[in-house]
Amino acid sequence: MAAAEFEVPKFREYPVIPALRPDEMAGSKPYVAAAPIQEALGFPGQLVDDWQAKAITRMGELLDKYRSFRVYMDACVHCGACTDKCHYFIGTADPKNMPVARQELVRKVYRRYFTFAGKYFPKLVGAVDLTRDVLDDWYSYFNQCSECRRCSVFCPYGIDTAEVTMAAREIMDSVGLGVKYTGEILGKLHKIGNNLGLPGPALEDTMLGLEEDIKDETGVDVRLPIDMKGAEVLLITPSADFFSEPHVDSLIGYAKVFHQAGISWTLSSHASEAGNFGLFIGNYEQMRKAAMRIRQAALDLGAKRIVVGECGHAWRVAYSFWNTLTGVGLGGEDPFAKALQQQLDPRHPVPQHICEFTYDLIQRGALNLDKEANDHRVITFHDSCNVARASRMGDMPGGQFVIPRSIIKSVANHFHDMPQDTICESTFCCGGGGGLLTDDLLEIRVKGALPRMEALKQVVDDHGVNFFASICAICKAQFNKVLPFYGFDTSMNGGVHQLVSTAIQLGTKE
Amino acid sequence: MSFELNGKTYETDEEGYLINLSEWNEDVAKYLAAEEKVDLSDNHWEVINFLREYYNDYQIAPAVRVLTKAIGKKLGPEKGSSKYLYELFPYGPAKQACKIAGLPKPTGCI
Repeated sequence: MAAAEFEVPKFREYPVIPALRPDEMAGSKPYVAAAPIQEALGFPGQLVDDWQAKAITRMGELLDKYRSFRVYMDACVHCGACTDKCHYFIGTADPKNMPVARQELVRKVYRRYFTFAGKYFPKLVGAVDLTRDVLDDWYSYFNQCSECRRCSVFCPYGIDTAEVTMAAREIMDSVGLGVKYTGEILGKLHKIGNNLGLPGPALEDTMLGLEEDIKDETGVDVRLPIDMKGAEVLLITPSADFFSEPHVDSLIGYAKVFHQAGISWTLSSHASEAGNFGLFIGNYEQMRKAAMRIRQAALDLGAKRIVVGECGHAWRVAYSFWNTLTGVGLGGEDPFAKALQQQLDPRHPVPQHICEFTYDLIQRGALNLDKEANDHRVITFHDSCNVARASRMGDMPGGQFVIPRSIIKSVANHFHDMPQDTICESTFCCGGGGGLLTDDLLEIRVKGALPRMEALKQVVDDHGVNFFASICAICKAQFNKVLPFYGFDTSMNGGVHQLVSTAIQLGTKE
Repeated sequence: MSFELNGKTYETDEEGYLINLSEWNEDVAKYLAAEEKVDLSDNHWEVINFLREYYNDYQIAPAVRVLTKAIGKKLGPEKGSSKYLYELFPYGPAKQACKIAGLPKPTGCI
């Protein structure tokens, strides 16, 4: 690991609110997207000349389109309940990383141009013009929010702060100020079908290699099919599952589960990505375009069920938005939506999370699992923010917390939760979500991981935890990077289906 | 961004990845490795050469599993692990080795 060029936060003896360090992170900015990246997404190539007027117009459009955004602008009473709930504030002590202060960067501009008092008496109400300095602050601090919505849980008005971040990013994109990391990835997704830019032949070669590996390990022929027409299940999973460690171990886990359950399934080379960075940049058209690839693949392959792999924000988009983005909710007269609806099997939830899928099989006794195979592991579970706070699993409230833990306890003997105020609905972000998982933002990523690492430290010290399970490609990639900064070994980082993969006894049931 | 080497200018992106893949040669690799504080051994070159061959065939860097397996076959099974690759390229075999091999940076949730 390259030596850090910044101060890694120390573990705190008690989780006290840090003493403020104004402008500590003012210099943190991701690389700006170059013209070809921006233009491929339909945004201006660079900051347009009349950016100020255009930005105000765009803000007005968003205020009209999303009532929620206007309510969030008006409703905040600056009570301060959110201030110490943000992992980036806790890790940096920069007051502008208090959620209320971050939103105030937009709110003070909103007041200036969209409220009576702000138009005529700006100084009285703290309203300011949208100057270049304000825009620079936006670019810096709205790229220090992972849209994890922990602060929203504690907001007495239920203000969804992530929507404010999304609106700010959308306004910046619309005037030509976009982020290289998210923009480049969306371009690859539209062109090739996944965030990595992994073309069909490379995907095929990689899956063949994994089939060999499973055969070597277990002696059983487990397939990882691509573009298999007529398969019952279309699996949509993050492309990191094909590419990275430990992600690939969960992919192998899904394949083994499908194999033992005897349910035919396929990946799609057209829609080889679950992640949808359109959500991160707050752009509806980009989010819809990304989701349309999955609908197209489902129609082309004739799949009856769509299952989503271990990816946090993909599950949010799938669970909360697919219906109106690409499904029947898109419009009653849409023939494609109707065709898809007729094709899908109504006995199963669509979409279904891979954890729901495996959990149901376990409940039915369809999997033969040897818990002792995981006896070398002492496990804790990290709730990924978008799964925990923006979606659900199963048919009971809190299913998204119960189901992954229940799977872990069905495949392993040693499980310990981290402290209550850091899990489930109150889970701390990994520090790399929301489009921040890029090397140019490493400092904010490391600092923002502090509260999650502190909670992990507690179960490592108290229970000897040596396996840190999650269900999100971003969380896994982020932990690979930040665990060593806090003195942990990356070998503890893994996925829930990696544990399933270890426990499942192939050749005994099918 | 750019750097000069043997009287020639090479364009790179913000993070130092070579823009024009065809300009890559062994001297460029040595220069990029020095920038990364990586001392190139024969084993490093095995990885770099494999990355370039794979990229030539598939227009993408190999997945970590594909790479570890290939290196295991070439250098012996005990070296076919991502742990060994991290020893060679401490900042991550995917990103750092790609940079030295003159390939674009892999992107995504990795």
